[in-house]
Amino acid sequence: MFEMLGIPPQVLFGQLLLGLINGSFYALLSLGLAVIFGMLNVINFAHGALYMVGAFVAWLLLTQLGLGYWWAFALTPFIVGAFGILLEKTMLSRLYKLDHLYGLLLTFGLALILEGLFRHQYGVSGQPYPVPPSLSGGQNLGFMFLPNYRGWVIACSLVVCFGTWFAIERTRLGAYLRAATENPVLVQAFGINVPVMVSLTYGFGVALAGLAGVLAAPIYQVNPLMGSNLIIIVFAVVVIGGMGSILGAILTGIGLGLLEGLTKVFYPEASNIVVFVVMAIVLMIKPAGLFGRER
Amino acid sequence: MPDAGGTKTAMLEIRDLQAWYGESHVLHGVNLDIRQGEVVTLLGRNGAGKTSTMRSIMGIIPKRTGTIRFEGKELIGMAQHRIPRLGIGYVPEERGIFSSLSVDENLMLPPVIRSGGMTVQQIYELFPNLKGRGSTQGTRLSGGEQQMLAIARILRTGANLILLDEPTEGLAPVIIEQIGVAVRALKQRGFTILLVEQNFRFASTIADRHYVMEEGHIVDMIPNDQLAQNMDKLHSYLGV
Repeated sequence: MFEMLGIPPQVLFGQLLLGLINGSFYALLSLGLAVIFGMLNVINFAHGALYMVGAFVAWLLLTQLGLGYWWAFALTPFIVGAFGILLEKTMLSRLYKLDHLYGLLLTFGLALILEGLFRHQYGVSGQPYPVPPSLSGGQNLGFMFLPNYRGWVIACSLVVCFGTWFAIERTRLGAYLRAATENPVLVQAFGINVPVMVSLTYGFGVALAGLAGVLAAPIYQVNPLMGSNLIIIVFAVVVIGGMGSILGAILTGIGLGLLEGLTKVFYPEASNIVVFVVMAIVLMIKPAGLFGRER
Repeated sequence: MPDAGGTKTAMLEIRDLQAWYGESHVLHGVNLDIRQGEVVTLLGRNGAGKTSTMRSIMGIIPKRTGTIRFEGKELIGMAQHRIPRLGIGYVPEERGIFSSLSVDENLMLPPVIRSGGMTVQQIYELFPNLKGRGSTQGTRLSGGEQQMLAIARILRTGANLILLDEPTEGLAPVIIEQIGVAVRALKQRGFTILLVEQNFRFASTIADRHYVMEEGHIVDMIPNDQLAQNMDKLHSYLGV
């Protein structure tokens, strides 16, 4: 069948794998945005910059402190998350009573500052980030060759994404989060410390960006602009999935990554705009997004 | 100002409570007492300050002065999330059922704050309508069932003072009757209840005493057994 279309299976599956990798990053990042938007009503424009910070933190841990890949992998989300909590406590929390736009402006400014700082310090050429020996090499699946590191990225992001979905939709803690999204005053009146929960939620959403940064480092190189390249597509993913929808963010992220991969096979010229075409169509037919609810 | 009288000390004691929503001064010196095991109502017209009194007790209105003592502890100045943990359960007007949560999740949401709360089994005996509805979306229940759920979820927590804000609002008489049965059962169990009501006929079937509010303060206190003698006065207070 593939031959009939004039496309060798290796090319098709190779692009689908690339699409799945990109989709994993879209999913991790848009999930963080969805969690933050749902709980804080803040459109976190700093998300791409924090993804970049995650990659740099991991790179610094690896090259400057000499920690191994696994330590850098494990510590980075906590460091980025703690940084996020600091931002929330000192700046974002002052804006909740104002219009959403102020949160967007603040986080947009933060993104510019973070990018500027790293650009000033490290330039834009990109730092190589080695694949750990335990994940080098690959598997021959018969129809294609799967590099182990890429398999690890896909598995790790799927586990984290669906773990997050489970925690929010199926556990007691998640019920607190959902309830506080709807009516924070009443949840507080049941004796739950909502401001602390909000800070931790922001920290968690940002930690997901940091995790995406560590995972991306060996694939895309560590570069101060890596976040701004990605974040526009991620915002399109969030809009298509529906603002604040957890499952929507995950499924749309992965789905659009695959769609991009397929476009690269069949009509490469359109691969850079296919996500935005989908966004335009979805906005016309279902303005709240595929999984969103009208507010 | 009428005194609560009696020998038992007050469980909840409010003195000269003033409160503000932003710039708007909504409570002008509220004084009231509730003793352990009593059911006390706040009657009054719309805008008299009944709901604001409850929200001030819970700390939802942060800007307030005066004294609110619950079991001897001052609530003004206390962190808002600590107030319910002393043993105060809040059933807000409009019920506050969460639409993104199932009936079960709504029921299990408020954390248990001390021992002595009712078990889920006992709650189902009190509100049989809720049984078997666990996975239904909370806001798909009827108005009456949502009201039962709003009360039910507080009973699990071990709170011994319950603030009930207009539990009969918008409900059919037969449902109001069921709510009344439940509230009397709670009184039997020893819960202390502060009830906001517009419907004083309902209030008179369950309450021990009635405070009447006007323009942000208490203007009268009528024991339930003297309600009949005070009907004319009450009618003029409530404008009915």
